[in-house]
Amino acid sequence: MPAQATLRALLAAMVIALALFPLVGEKFYLQYATKIMIMAIFAMSLDLLVGYTGLVSLGHAMFYGLAGYALVLMGEAGQASLWWTLPAAMTAAALAALAVGALVLRTSGVYFIMVTLAFAQMTYFFVRDSLYFGGSDGKYLNAKPAMGLFGWHPIELENYLHRYYLTLVLTVAVYLLLRRVLGSPFGRVLVGIRDNEPRMRSLGFATFRYKLAGFVLAGALAGLAGYLTALQDGLMNPEQLGWHRSGEALVMVILGGMGTLAGPALGAAALMVLELLFSTWTKYWQLLLGAFVIAVVLFLPGGLGSLFGRRQGGGDGHG
Amino acid sequence: MDFATFLIQVLNGVQYGLLLFLIASGLTLIFGIMGVINLAHGSFYMVGAYLAFWLTGALGNFWLALPAGIALAALLGIALEWLLIRHLYRRDHLYQVLLTYGLILVFEELRSLAFGDDVHGLALPAPFGFSIPLTDTLSYPVYRLAISGICLALALGMYLLISRTRLGMMIRAGSVNRDMVQALGINIGLLYRLVFALGVALAAFAGMLAAPAASVFPGMGNQVLIISFVVIVIGGLGSIRGALVAALLIGLADVFGQVVFPQISGMTVYLVMAAVLLWRPRGLFGVA
Repeated sequence: MPAQATLRALLAAMVIALALFPLVGEKFYLQYATKIMIMAIFAMSLDLLVGYTGLVSLGHAMFYGLAGYALVLMGEAGQASLWWTLPAAMTAAALAALAVGALVLRTSGVYFIMVTLAFAQMTYFFVRDSLYFGGSDGKYLNAKPAMGLFGWHPIELENYLHRYYLTLVLTVAVYLLLRRVLGSPFGRVLVGIRDNEPRMRSLGFATFRYKLAGFVLAGALAGLAGYLTALQDGLMNPEQLGWHRSGEALVMVILGGMGTLAGPALGAAALMVLELLFSTWTKYWQLLLGAFVIAVVLFLPGGLGSLFGRRQGGGDGHG
Repeated sequence: MDFATFLIQVLNGVQYGLLLFLIASGLTLIFGIMGVINLAHGSFYMVGAYLAFWLTGALGNFWLALPAGIALAALLGIALEWLLIRHLYRRDHLYQVLLTYGLILVFEELRSLAFGDDVHGLALPAPFGFSIPLTDTLSYPVYRLAISGICLALALGMYLLISRTRLGMMIRAGSVNRDMVQALGINIGLLYRLVFALGVALAAFAGMLAAPAASVFPGMGNQVLIISFVVIVIGGLGSIRGALVAALLIGLADVFGQVVFPQISGMTVYLVMAAVLLWRPRGLFGVA
């Protein structure tokens, strides 16, 4: 399909542009771009649930925040290698998603939105009110984890440029992984569940297990984003688990276009770039951002992604 | 806990619950009848509180400010429905979420432009500006009792409106089958506009009532938004009766949670919600 080819060319051009950006960009903008890419990972992981499986979660920040805290706490305990802490943090997020998912997937629709919110808020208050997690001030990551290979240290995570490229590589990897997953029979089943769950069940699919597997994968990838946030900011606080974070990710997904992987990444970029731009113009930047969001809903029914000739609304499993 | 403290906590819980009911009933009406997920509902509560603050200053009397504020809030609701909300009925719920999220940003910033970011207080209105002494040290402000009374009267009024009037009949019918109601010659567009205005007015009224008891501050809408969603989900979406029961349950759970488990008080409300929804996935009074 030509549209597919255009999109691929566009994405490839974007990755090349991002790879070359450090040649011209100042430190502030590179750090900001790192944050945008992290949010893109977070938004894509949520889109696996919202856009492809039809599960609107308002508690996704729970897994994001828990993995971030996992890194900070492991750093405090003296565990200093990325090769250990990254898989451990993502596993923690995945296990949390397994436990929560097993309960919340019993509900659906608007009730699902609210139960995921309930569990995320419980986690938020637990973390905020517990001294182990540093209370409402949060906790600092005193030293960035090391990324050595047999005593050779080509990548220093204290260096913002190295973090930028690490995040870029991981963002591309997550995009490719999710594309792969969604193109697989497993991904087709998820899309089938979104479109008609009773039919999938009567076709003999154990839909609950598929949904749970999707929930766990999305949780683990949200964990990756949370880990990178803790790494980038050097700090984790309870607000990272709050409903505002979850809501923000949901807004990015819908704004960019649900059910397309590139859409939510675009939504993350648009929201954060506009926030930066508007806040340099005026103290009242939220007014402009709000008006922008409303205008997108009214005039671009398929989200920002539809500007690039994508199908409107739901996707077809290829992002 | 001695009896006077217990009584005060019960009264606080009931008053908080009834105020929540006022906010949540508008939210559940808008969702149950129009099928719109309205994230901006907390902003309408905030608008009400600021209207009370501004109109009390301008008119010199809180009791004059109330009806004026309600009228302005209803007009705001009509305008918003006509300008924005009516374009979304046939679209996915998530676009309503996105649009009303945009509205939150807009309202928060307009508030900042008009009133600044300071916390404002409002004097307790006469004749409720005193407290009833319970023991030597404890007393209970009468204004809080007045809030409970007004909320109860409104709950009764809503019940009568929905179950006993012709408008209520149309509202109930509209929530079941939009197209059929239209085919019977009822102007469903007008009906939705009225329901939305009613919902906005209820939230704003709750904000106006709360203004003298609490204070008027930035971000106050976001605080009640999530909790009123919790209420309508526990009660069962679209059920006014459910919203009343759930609001009282949440009000009491929150107040007693702070007394009995102060370390995890923030979690109590959400624990209740998770428990109810795992037990009854469609809420207490939801239709299966």
